[in-house]
Amino acid sequence: MKKLKVLIVDDSSVMRKIVERSLRQAGLDLSEVIEASNGAEALVEVQKGSLDMILSDINMPVMDGLEFLKSLAGLETAKGVPVVMITTEGSEARVVEALSAGAKGYLRKPFTPDQVKERVMPLLGGN
Amino acid sequence: MKAMAQHGAKSPVPFDPSWKSLLECAVVEVLEMMAGSRPEVNSSSSEEPRGEQTAMVGLAGALCGMITLRCSNPTATKFASLMLGGDAASNPATARDALGELCNMIAGNFKAKITSLVDGCMLSVPTVITGDDYSMSTGEPTDGFSAAFNFENEPIWVALIIHS
Repeated sequence: MKKLKVLIVDDSSVMRKIVERSLRQAGLDLSEVIEASNGAEALVEVQKGSLDMILSDINMPVMDGLEFLKSLAGLETAKGVPVVMITTEGSEARVVEALSAGAKGYLRKPFTPDQVKERVMPLLGGN
Repeated sequence: MKAMAQHGAKSPVPFDPSWKSLLECAVVEVLEMMAGSRPEVNSSSSEEPRGEQTAMVGLAGALCGMITLRCSNPTATKFASLMLGGDAASNPATARDALGELCNMIAGNFKAKITSLVDGCMLSVPTVITGDDYSMSTGEPTDGFSAAFNFENEPIWVALIIHS
């Protein structure tokens, strides 16, 4: 599997680090990890292009994860980039909303590296 | 709070004292998974909650109020170290951030255990208060409880405060 350039979006720097560590523990070979603390910052990073995957929290200030996800629809640089939403709430309605808006998967906090592997690897064609 | 406002009014869910055991279960599950150590419920504690760090997550919709997580500075730093590894928690802001995220996950895990709250109750982003000499005014708290725990021999408290 090729080295991956990943964007992690969360208003908590601690959670961004935990997500990155979980991705590495799940076996992903990360070439670059870009961080954004809300959807608006993340959109700027997506517009630069060349991302392999996006993992985004839902509940964030400024621009939340669902709004960010919907904003990706018109971006050429977001085409083909799988988005995994990360949620604390366990709300089926929000998960369904995220999947309907184009998310390819979701993770519920707290999560284990095994759960990350289970949800993320299939999106990258790995196992 | 923005996300909370977007989802509009929900039918209120009445407070249930049996939620205390669900909240205790949520605390144990979250801390065990995120900090790698299982806290013990201290049901015999009569101490008032204390400590210099208090994280709060607001609840809105079917249940209005907040969940708080309170502990000492060293305990907050220990949480961050266990969550991130190494000396990542030497920055006080990191310890506060970690405590806020733990409170957020406890609140999410708690409401996920109650069918009527899963889709009807929204969470705010966490807020963390630093300092041990404060009083909190939240309107008219009508119900709630506080649960004490020992985490690696350090006391922590988690509370649910419900508004009408």
